[in-house]
This record gives sequence, C-alpha cells and structure tokens, in this order.
Amino acid sequence: MKAYLTRRYIFSASHRLHADTLSVEQNRMTYGKCNNPHGHGHNYSLEVTVGGQVNDETGMVCNLVDLDEAVRQAVLDRFDHQNLNTLTDFAALVPTTENLTEVIHNILKQCFPSAHLERVRIEETLKNSFEYSDGAELRH
Amino acid sequence: MIYLTRKCEFSASHYYHNPDWSDEQNRRVFGKCANLNGHGHNYTLEVTVKGDVDPVTGFVVDLKELKDILNREVVEAMDHRHLNKEVPEFASKVPTTENVAIAIWQRLNDKLHVAKLHRVRLYEMPDLFVDFYGEA
Repeated sequence: MKAYLTRRYIFSASHRLHADTLSVEQNRMTYGKCNNPHGHGHNYSLEVTVGGQVNDETGMVCNLVDLDEAVRQAVLDRFDHQNLNTLTDFAALVPTTENLTEVIHNILKQCFPSAHLERVRIEETLKNSFEYSDGAELRH
Repeated sequence: MIYLTRKCEFSASHYYHNPDWSDEQNRRVFGKCANLNGHGHNYTLEVTVKGDVDPVTGFVVDLKELKDILNREVVEAMDHRHLNKEVPEFASKVPTTENVAIAIWQRLNDKLHVAKLHRVRLYEMPDLFVDFYGEA
C-alpha cells in the first residue's frame, strides 16, 4: 500500500526581495514593502511530503527520526535565523518563497533517498503558501 | 465533481512493536514509540469523498450519514481505546499513522454508497499527518 507522510517544521529567516537586473524604481514597483533595503523576516512553516510503500515490518513509509534529522541538518541548520540574501543559494536568485520552495525541494531530493520526495510546501505567512513538486501533478 | 471533507477527532493509545524482532531492534527502529506501556495521541481525521452533486438535494453525500459512518466505524472503534489491544487490525500490524490511515480507509470504503472515498488524511499531531488514497 502506498501512503504519503507529511511532516511540518518551522524556521525563521529574513530576506529582501530585490532583483539586480531591475532599476530602483522597478524594484520598488515590483516588490513593494518587501524591497525595504534593511529586509524583514518571517516564521516559515515548511511541510515535507514523502511517499512510498508502507513497509510490512515497520508499518512506515520511512523512519520519521531519519527524516527529521535529514531536514534538520540540510534545511533547518542552513536557513534558520539566517538572512537568506547572504546565503550562496540566493547569490543569483531573489529569495522569494517560490524560489525558496524550489531550493529546499532540490536540497531534500539529494539528501533523503529513503523515500520519494513528493512535495515541499511553505507557508510564508498564514495568508500565503507555495508548493513545488518538480513537475509532478499535485494531488489534494 | 465535488470534493467534500468531513473532520472528526479521536484519542487513542498505542505502541510500536514487531514481535519478530528483538527488544534491541524494536528500540532501535521505533525509539520512544517502542515503550510497551504505550503512549497516546489526539488524532484528527479528515475524510474526503467525491461525487456529483445530486440535482434534487444539492448534496454530494448526506453529511449526517457520513457522520454516522465515521462515528460507527472509527470513533466508536478507536476513541479512548488502545489500538494494539482493542482494534483487530493491529493484532498483527504495527499501528503507525500509515497503518491506521489504511485501516480507516478499508473500514470506510465499502460503507459509502453514493460518494466515492477520495482521501483519508490522519493527523497524529499537528505537525505530522499521513494521506492515503487507496493505492496498492
């Protein structure tokens, strides 16, 4: 039987939305308050969904302790209480939550081979959320 | 096609133990969950059904009927119960969130007459849930 397991994590980070290829005025028009030169922050809620056959012996899609450890090392330690703009991931990428979602998906795909990564979903605030599944159709 | 989701809650205890394994292996794989005295959770269950809207009633499914099925098949069977000891499916299966979600699907699937079961989502905690769509 195939099941999908979703785990939620919280991290806090600051960012500033600014594209070097746009003028000062264009940046202000495009990003509004998010273009404030001093940046601002969010408590990001990250949902990681993995899918796979439920193992007959363990009853699990994957061991949750292993998933937590992989996410902690690869994602939370990397982004929590950081300024996203200062990280190499965003040296040439505006740290919108769209881009952050894709970056985290790509990181986790590499570092957690125990189950298939189905989806990464991030709530930037309670009012907006972003999902990425590397082209696969999202199922709700 | 309309999708309708009904939510209910139940509280239950369980432990994780595979009788084919040594105590050491159970502890290594299942960690704190292997404590044979058990522990408990407040589970939140979301059941999503899908179907066409009946032109007369405007319903996909009679919510009262769905609520009664959920109460009978899930809440009465699992609420304030020990899953390993009191729910037959877990006499021989570890009651992980995955397996509880699958057992709930199997309990509900042939009880629904009008709408079709689409998804069982079971939260063990606010930060952990499993989705099951009936896939083999």
